[in-house]
Amino acid sequence: MNSYLLETLKSKFPGAVLETHAFRGDQTAVINKGSLAEVAAFLKGELGFDFLMDLTAVDYAPREPRFELVVHFYSSKHNYRLRLKCPVEAGEPEVASLTPLWPGANWFEREVYDMFGIKFEGHPDLRRILMYDGFEGHPLRKDYPLKKRQPRIPHRD
Amino acid sequence: MEKKKAALPKSWSLENLEDGRMVLNMGPSHPAMHGIVRVLLTVQGERVMDSDVEIGYLHRGFEKTCENVTYNQCVPYTDRLNYVSPLINNVGYALAVEKLMDIEAPARTQYIRVIMSELSRLTDHLTCIAASAMELGGFTVYFYLINAREVIYRLTDSAAGGRITPAYTRVGGLTRDLPPEFGRDAAEAFKVVRRNLSDADKMLTRNRIFYDRMHGVGHISKEDAIALSFTGPALRSTGVPLDVRKATPYLVYDRFDFDIPVGSNGDSYDRYLIRMEEMNQSMRIVEQALDQLPEGPINHPDLNVILPPKEEVYGNIEALMAHFKLTFEGVKPPKGEVYQAVEGGNGELGFYIVSDGSGKPWRLRLRPPCFALTAGLSQMIKGGYIADIVATFGQINMIGGELER
Repeated sequence: MNSYLLETLKSKFPGAVLETHAFRGDQTAVINKGSLAEVAAFLKGELGFDFLMDLTAVDYAPREPRFELVVHFYSSKHNYRLRLKCPVEAGEPEVASLTPLWPGANWFEREVYDMFGIKFEGHPDLRRILMYDGFEGHPLRKDYPLKKRQPRIPHRD
Repeated sequence: MEKKKAALPKSWSLENLEDGRMVLNMGPSHPAMHGIVRVLLTVQGERVMDSDVEIGYLHRGFEKTCENVTYNQCVPYTDRLNYVSPLINNVGYALAVEKLMDIEAPARTQYIRVIMSELSRLTDHLTCIAASAMELGGFTVYFYLINAREVIYRLTDSAAGGRITPAYTRVGGLTRDLPPEFGRDAAEAFKVVRRNLSDADKMLTRNRIFYDRMHGVGHISKEDAIALSFTGPALRSTGVPLDVRKATPYLVYDRFDFDIPVGSNGDSYDRYLIRMEEMNQSMRIVEQALDQLPEGPINHPDLNVILPPKEEVYGNIEALMAHFKLTFEGVKPPKGEVYQAVEGGNGELGFYIVSDGSGKPWRLRLRPPCFALTAGLSQMIKGGYIADIVATFGQINMIGGELER
């Protein structure tokens, strides 16, 4: 039962799935970023993953590809959890947005853009959410020092 | 320091649009915007046509900070996330790291963690309903429920040493054991809580004004709630019986007999009723847990996981070395990543930890339950009155610390 999910993904998307593993009971599939929208639609439509629990990113700084987009799905009907990871390279990081499938991804993607600088293609309103307008840089990147100072913001009436 | 001409963000100007709509700012500093949130409303008369919710006023860089400290040093930071239910954050974090290390805390610790989580859930719901009622004008209810919350805080204070900053769990165990009189104090505390809850219930539940202001307000359908990743009381109010404690039981929740209240209308009144009933269920769980509480150690026996007892540190060389390494380098989980979900007061609180094998987390991500709820706020207040925003927002229970970390 446990590897049924990963086997189904591997057989349905042989080119896209780069790697699968189940560490400590969490099933994870690493797919390439071009197929993210397709695989997500398959998960929602065919496999019944109705909840997009979390969408975040990790910066593995010296390694190339630098970022990894991590999406957690949950199926309330079958009580399965699945993690999808997409490596995103540093240069101009851009990934397809999941907002057409799950409107809830809107704010999660805004936060990833804010904290890491990964842009989402097809996002209705991609702007900073946690940091203020005029903030320079992307805080959760590994090359952003913990105690960096920011330039002063001009007064706004 | 160069002066930059920053363009004003598009949403900044308050203007009168043609066709009579007006842009109104429900500013960050507002008595009813718990923990500062700014809502830019486009209103037609009193009706809200559109809104833009702006957050980020309490972002403190929790995730970035935790990448620079050891695993146990993160625990006080987790207190300050959902600051009305701090023990749930502590427990969730400890469970995530223990899952990563593939260890299990002793039985007594698991029962104590369940007790503390449920007490925290009580304080969370008490604060939510109290503030919600106060914003609608019912000041008395606020004081009754805050008094009830006070006895719970005194209870957790006696065990953990802090009211809202307990930092009670460690990876592999707890800081200290429960005090000997805890069971008796809990029974006394619950008498007060039950009495105050029943008073608040009599004042609010069938109150004409409260019912009119909350019923049908902040409505969201089941499909929309699932699409927006709602969890917790807001999701259960639409009719989806999803609770992490029942779906994927963690700690020892599968040994207790409790129910999860589920609503049907998806409005603020259902959320209020669900929270009231969840408090009764929480007290039920704590009473069962105190009955079943086993004796035994509270810390994991392995020296690589948790600090050994002081007598051994002063007597025994292995314990001394372990103490040194754990304090300076921290607990070292194996390389890998893990996601652990617990049921917070607002829904599924998820901890995603990526470890590179050292004593500090490589990435610590918190999935805040009220992030999805606040994202859905726009949809919930559309078409309603400005006054309904207060009722809706109160029952979402947005906690700034958790939303923005």
